[in-house]
Amino acid sequence: MTLLSVKNLTVAFFGRSGTVNAIEDVSLELEPGEILGMVGESGAGKSMTGAAIIGLIEPPGRISAGEIRLEGERIDNLPPEAIRRIRGRRIGAIFQDPLTSLNPVLTVGEQLIETIRTHLKLPREAARARAIDWLRRVGIPAPEARIDTYPHQYSGGMRQRVVIALALCAEPRLVIADEPTTALDVSVQAQVIALLRQLARETGVAVILVTHDMGVIAETADRVAVMYAGRIVEVGPVAEVLRAPRHPYTSGLMASIPRIGPRPEVLPQIEGAMPRPHARPPGCAFAPRCPHRFVPCTDERPELTGTPVRSVACHLTTEVPA
Amino acid sequence: MLGFLVRRVIQSVFVMLAVALIAFLMFRFMGDPVNSMVAENASTEERAAVRERLGLDQPLWLQYGRFVARAAQGDFGLSWRNARPVSTLLAERFPATAELVLVAAVLSLVLGIPLGILTALRPRSFPAQSLQLISLIGISLPTFVTGILLILVFSVWLGWLPSFGRGDVVDIGWWSTGFFTLAGLKALILPSIMLCLFQLTLIMRLVRAEMLEVLRTDYIKFARARGLSNRSIHFRHALKNTLIPVITIFGLQLGGLIAFAIVTETVFQWPGMGALFIQAVSFGDVPVMAAYLVLVSLIFVIINTTVDLLYAVLDPRLRVDGARGAH
Amino acid sequence: MQALSRAYSSDLAWSFRHSWTARISTLLLAVLFLAALLAPLLATQNPYDISQLFLLDSELPPAWAEGGDPRYFLGTDEQARDVYSSILYGLRLSLIVGFASVALAGAIGISLGLLGGFMGGMVDGAIMRVADILLSFPAILVALLVNGIARGILPPDRHADAAIWVLILAIGLTNWVQYARTVRGSTMVERQKEYVQAARINGVSGMGIMVQHILPNVLGPVLVIATINLGMAVLTEATLSFLGVGMPTTQPSLGTLIRIGNEYLFSGIWWVVIFPSIVLVVLVLAVNLLGDWLRDALNPRLR
Repeated sequence: MTLLSVKNLTVAFFGRSGTVNAIEDVSLELEPGEILGMVGESGAGKSMTGAAIIGLIEPPGRISAGEIRLEGERIDNLPPEAIRRIRGRRIGAIFQDPLTSLNPVLTVGEQLIETIRTHLKLPREAARARAIDWLRRVGIPAPEARIDTYPHQYSGGMRQRVVIALALCAEPRLVIADEPTTALDVSVQAQVIALLRQLARETGVAVILVTHDMGVIAETADRVAVMYAGRIVEVGPVAEVLRAPRHPYTSGLMASIPRIGPRPEVLPQIEGAMPRPHARPPGCAFAPRCPHRFVPCTDERPELTGTPVRSVACHLTTEVPA
Repeated sequence: MLGFLVRRVIQSVFVMLAVALIAFLMFRFMGDPVNSMVAENASTEERAAVRERLGLDQPLWLQYGRFVARAAQGDFGLSWRNARPVSTLLAERFPATAELVLVAAVLSLVLGIPLGILTALRPRSFPAQSLQLISLIGISLPTFVTGILLILVFSVWLGWLPSFGRGDVVDIGWWSTGFFTLAGLKALILPSIMLCLFQLTLIMRLVRAEMLEVLRTDYIKFARARGLSNRSIHFRHALKNTLIPVITIFGLQLGGLIAFAIVTETVFQWPGMGALFIQAVSFGDVPVMAAYLVLVSLIFVIINTTVDLLYAVLDPRLRVDGARGAH
Repeated sequence: MQALSRAYSSDLAWSFRHSWTARISTLLLAVLFLAALLAPLLATQNPYDISQLFLLDSELPPAWAEGGDPRYFLGTDEQARDVYSSILYGLRLSLIVGFASVALAGAIGISLGLLGGFMGGMVDGAIMRVADILLSFPAILVALLVNGIARGILPPDRHADAAIWVLILAIGLTNWVQYARTVRGSTMVERQKEYVQAARINGVSGMGIMVQHILPNVLGPVLVIATINLGMAVLTEATLSFLGVGMPTTQPSLGTLIRIGNEYLFSGIWWVVIFPSIVLVVLVLAVNLLGDWLRDALNPRLR
């Protein structure tokens, strides 16, 4: 059974100067245990998609169209208390910056135990044992001693391991990892990614890995969804997409694959910049930067077409240039 | 932790020595101390004898040393105004001020923190918005005007509450308390409201601002993403981070309460140390002024040191003992 | 003319034209300043001149109340002084003390800030130490102490005449720390700059040139501090006078008027205390609002 199914999701922000869609018409599916990479530039809407799935869109934004189903059950229109029970228990989240994600005045143990006991009805001692076990699994040395220490006593990489433990400790079926390595030292990035991949294999948890780093996707993900200006422009198995990208934007992103490491947010390989949400052109949003632009591109928006496994939103794939 | 404590105590001792120096200089150079000790028609010899007996012919630093030694034992000599020992005067007045400041401090915390949380968690609600407006006025209103308005409304027009004095007090040892009689408690109401009002608005605004700040942090968002309950997020995760800076400011403001007790005691004719100090200022009664200065400074120093220690206890990042493995 | 139009189109002016609170508080302040300036013209009697007081007219309520007298718009006090005229003269004194003490605090603070920032080392350390200690005591307490010391030094029969100077001194000495800190910070930055280094190498004192560079830089912050300080100074003066250690009853400021009125509160004579209180509150509120606006307008980053 499909674990997660997102259909035609649109998130709108209602401001004084009108409504702006942060993401538009996003659809994706995820099978249990699958790792889906979401890639794109800053502001493409990848983090917003993650936040929408976990029900953490803050006013003045809200989901204005579409639906989200988790194991067949609709979760986008649940009352706050019901979605709260899903967060952490069925969908976990890993945040970008481990330095700011942990509460500085509570010990690592307190934060872990509270999260475990919120979702699993366990006595305190059992929860503590489980917390220690999770610290061990994410590779914290001497977890029995370190469980009672505070976040500031951990290094950045260690803290991100704690964040991963916090996201996984109530055994969710899905984890949304939002740029989990961006804030880390290059030397630590690979370790954390390796840990994430290993834990996903061990626990069978599905992962949505949000990143602007194609290299990380190539190393980790099973499938990849490429986002541009609030929409998914291409989706498919990582190997296929890497070998034969079908959207010109994906091809542009390709240029940045070989190494794992920090990369400029704006891709030098593609000229120009992504349009802001309130200034998107009527046709294909990528058209102004696209080297293969032709007649319909500036007027008519291409739909995402293809098989559920591999699809792309580009006029090049549906029409032959005249 | 121990090193921090020792450093803090040494600092405090220096501040107290500086304050004592000011007090000493006041003693030594304001008016002639001899005048207060001898009859007006005393001869030059008699004056010289007193001068020698008081040690005024000795080097200044020695005099200062003896002043500090005597002050440490609570001996500030006699009041120039009524020739009674200053320490006795202060001891008589201390309980009244202490009770007033205590009640005002507790009121401002007990009301200020919940109101601040309320206005932070429900910023658009009607009570929150009106509280913000009231607090703006509260901060601009001079305290003595507040006091006068309270008296005008509750004593003159409504006649509900007394407008002066402590009511009936009960002596427990040397401490006289107004806590155990109805009249004593009623007499406390208006003065403590007047004294706490500014503090209350300050704490409320501070808690609100800090709380809003904390609620925007990543660790609160991450706590939400882990599905923790709102109650835990607000009162366990956010409140603790909010209160740490609030405690510091409150400690500093406690000094403000003691200072503004002077005004409150004047408005309500409250027989405390502040009223005593004002009399001393208007009569130029140096021993009382000096003793009040030293006593109040001592209280400030104790409060500040306590606050720093509390801060270190509450904020784990400041606990310097935990040197283990920040690898 | 050109300067005028440039001033009009500046950021500050733009912010002013778009801020309600700024315009209202400026209007209120203008009215109050003018009233204080023109007090002898606007007042219906000179409250200091005993020959103008008629004891029969004492304790009259405001003109619109029952038993009110149209000659005394806001009523009279127990000595038959016209409350309206007393307020005008009192306002005048409050503002004089306020402005003078702000000027004194500014002069002390700016000089010490320059000195500390330029000299560094021991001098700077000493100044900042004193500033720290001063800051750890509530302003009102420091002002009371300076006031008490001055009174202790002066013979009692000089207290009334010297009161205004004592107040200015006490409040001025209390409030210089903020100026000093701001100017010191600016000076320390400026001292590192090349022209100062060059001047030093050439054997010229950098101080003179520096002052010319620093003062324009700190003008904005100093103006904000001064405005907020004016509100505090007026309030401190009022509090000291209310406590009976400020302006004497023969020469009452707003605070003294409130003190006098407070003593007659229980006779039901509310007007003697309420009207000066209202004027004081409006004055302080207007200054504070203007100060807040100025701080935001001159320092957008802090908003």
